[in-house]
Amino acid sequence: MLSIRNLHASRDGKEILRGIDLDIQAGEVHAIMGPNGSGKSTLAQVIAGQPGYQITEGEVAYLGQDLMELSPEERAREGIFLGFQYPVEIPGVSIAMFLKTSLNAIRRQQGLPEVDAMEFLSLVREKMKLMQMNEAFLTRAVNEGFSGGEKKRNEVLQLAMLEPRLAILDETDSGLDIDALEVVANGINGLRSAGRAIVLVTHYQRLLNYIKPDVVHVLAQGRILKSGGPELALELEQRGYGWVEQESKAVAA
Amino acid sequence: METMNVQEHWQNMALDQVPLALAGHEVPWVREARLAAFERFAARGFPTRRDEAWKYTDLSILAKRASFAPDNIPPDAPSEAALNAWMLSRQNVHLMVFVNGHYSPELSYPRNLGPGVQLESLAGMLDENAQLPPELFDAVHEHTVLDALNTAFTTDGAVLRLAPGTRLKTPVYLLYIASGYGVSIYPRNIILAGEGAEATVIEHYMGTLDAHNFTDAVTQLELASGVTIDHCKLVQEGSAAFHIAGVHARQKAGSRFVSHSFALGGKLVRNDITSSLDGPDCDCRMNGLYLLNGRQQADHHTCIDHQAPRGTSRECYRGVLDGASRGVFDGKVIVRPGAEKTDAHQSNRNLLLSRQAEVDTKPQLEIYADEVKCTHGATVGQLDEDSLFYMQSRGIDAETARSLLVYGFLNDVIERVPVSELRSRIVDMVLDRLPQGESIKELL
Repeated sequence: MLSIRNLHASRDGKEILRGIDLDIQAGEVHAIMGPNGSGKSTLAQVIAGQPGYQITEGEVAYLGQDLMELSPEERAREGIFLGFQYPVEIPGVSIAMFLKTSLNAIRRQQGLPEVDAMEFLSLVREKMKLMQMNEAFLTRAVNEGFSGGEKKRNEVLQLAMLEPRLAILDETDSGLDIDALEVVANGINGLRSAGRAIVLVTHYQRLLNYIKPDVVHVLAQGRILKSGGPELALELEQRGYGWVEQESKAVAA
Repeated sequence: METMNVQEHWQNMALDQVPLALAGHEVPWVREARLAAFERFAARGFPTRRDEAWKYTDLSILAKRASFAPDNIPPDAPSEAALNAWMLSRQNVHLMVFVNGHYSPELSYPRNLGPGVQLESLAGMLDENAQLPPELFDAVHEHTVLDALNTAFTTDGAVLRLAPGTRLKTPVYLLYIASGYGVSIYPRNIILAGEGAEATVIEHYMGTLDAHNFTDAVTQLELASGVTIDHCKLVQEGSAAFHIAGVHARQKAGSRFVSHSFALGGKLVRNDITSSLDGPDCDCRMNGLYLLNGRQQADHHTCIDHQAPRGTSRECYRGVLDGASRGVFDGKVIVRPGAEKTDAHQSNRNLLLSRQAEVDTKPQLEIYADEVKCTHGATVGQLDEDSLFYMQSRGIDAETARSLLVYGFLNDVIERVPVSELRSRIVDMVLDRLPQGESIKELL
């Protein structure tokens, strides 16, 4: 589904990604772990099309097309979803308005009829129940005055509404207490399917207790240094990231 | 022009005789008040950009008009269909319509006002020398020289009087239509609210043509103790029109005055909105927005004058400027000696959508009392890139995302309007001016 070859990206002249290679197939759940500042969020943002990054080298193919040719909205309509680490506040625009605009933009692209107000309401109510969100959220401005946990639930609510092909969730677990983490994890697990790939970008193993990944990658210094099965995450939890970096230096030498 | 020349200029235009033919001309105090006001105007003439308060607003084009005499010929009434397309539903308001500054009983629909409420045309009251406090026309109430010109030339307006304790549930809706070419219009509204009274008053200024019409309006509000007045002003003049107005409130103890000002149309809109918090424990709110394009200009000068202890004021003005438009915000908050425990907050935020658009913002706090809590802030910026990307990452195209952000930015102000039909009308007007606004309307 997604194939990344030798991807280099920089921001303001500073290189952050230094040759990423990554393959993700439909039906898989990948976890990308790594220390702070390793480039995890940059990778997620670059895939979603954040215009602040310059791609200096490499290729990204998504469903056989050159992803870098597409605008952020085209990527979303083709089924890419980024759950933001820091969801943005949009004062004056209600969640209902925002979600309905988004849902219909994506449905149009897929050749599906737009949902009307009634259909939208029943759909969003169902998903909100899943996320244990109060319906009053619908009339609140997007992320404005939300707690950290509410923002993350709102991201997963959008994920559930938009049903993307490729979901990249950037630290969706951070800032959640244990109950909220369970709700969020259940929401994500409910979306696992043969046609959908999920990428969890995370700092800690905690989320992976709830969502079992197929592949775990260690990203450090702008490269993927090591990939393995779920057991790799546990090893990282016990030993930290230092040994992976040492090991990779030894291989390079 | 030098002062003498200015005076001669108006005399040559025979403008000094104009007040003698207007409403109330047979009533001595009215004649005197008008003539004295004209003298005050003539002594100074139109302000120039050398006047600090008019630094950014050039009226030189106005001073070159052939005449300023108020339009005195009853114009053709707009068609029923045209009226219905603009105005709020008659069923939801007490409606008074003014065409070119003249009350039109045929078009109006004041409904049953109930006991304690008097809503009449100013012209009629002046002609009959009905009891109006003459001091309302004193120089002391003039904040600009245009206020004096209005006193001299006003043809008509609405007078709303509320007996103590009266709660008017249905809003009073004053619709001013500018019809014709090059007309000069001088509405004067007077709102006198007795103790504890409550009302909402909407002033809606509509222009139908691309004509160089000129409106010079004044609204005076006297709030007795415990009164609550919401005053909503919507300027939607034609694209070549000049609209200059004063809205001046005076508040007694424990009263609450809320002003909402929406500048959405006209070549130049200048509003001087002031409130004097004369009694203790007053509350004053001033909300406003301007949405400008082309070469439009909107200039808001506001003044909240805390004269007594424990007053609260909140001011929130927002502007969105596209094209080569220009916005001016000059907001003054004064805390006089003795106005202890004043709590004042002021903010003016602007979005520039084009490189040619310009904003001059000048928040000012003058504090002469102790134990006060006053803050202010002003920003001028572009649409937030992170917000745009967030929306695009949800499949929303860049154009719709920009319009949604603008809508959201302005909606914060619109939401404060207490009349739901007016709120949705303003939202529609805003969206009509934004790309993809139609598709956003469908979401509401």
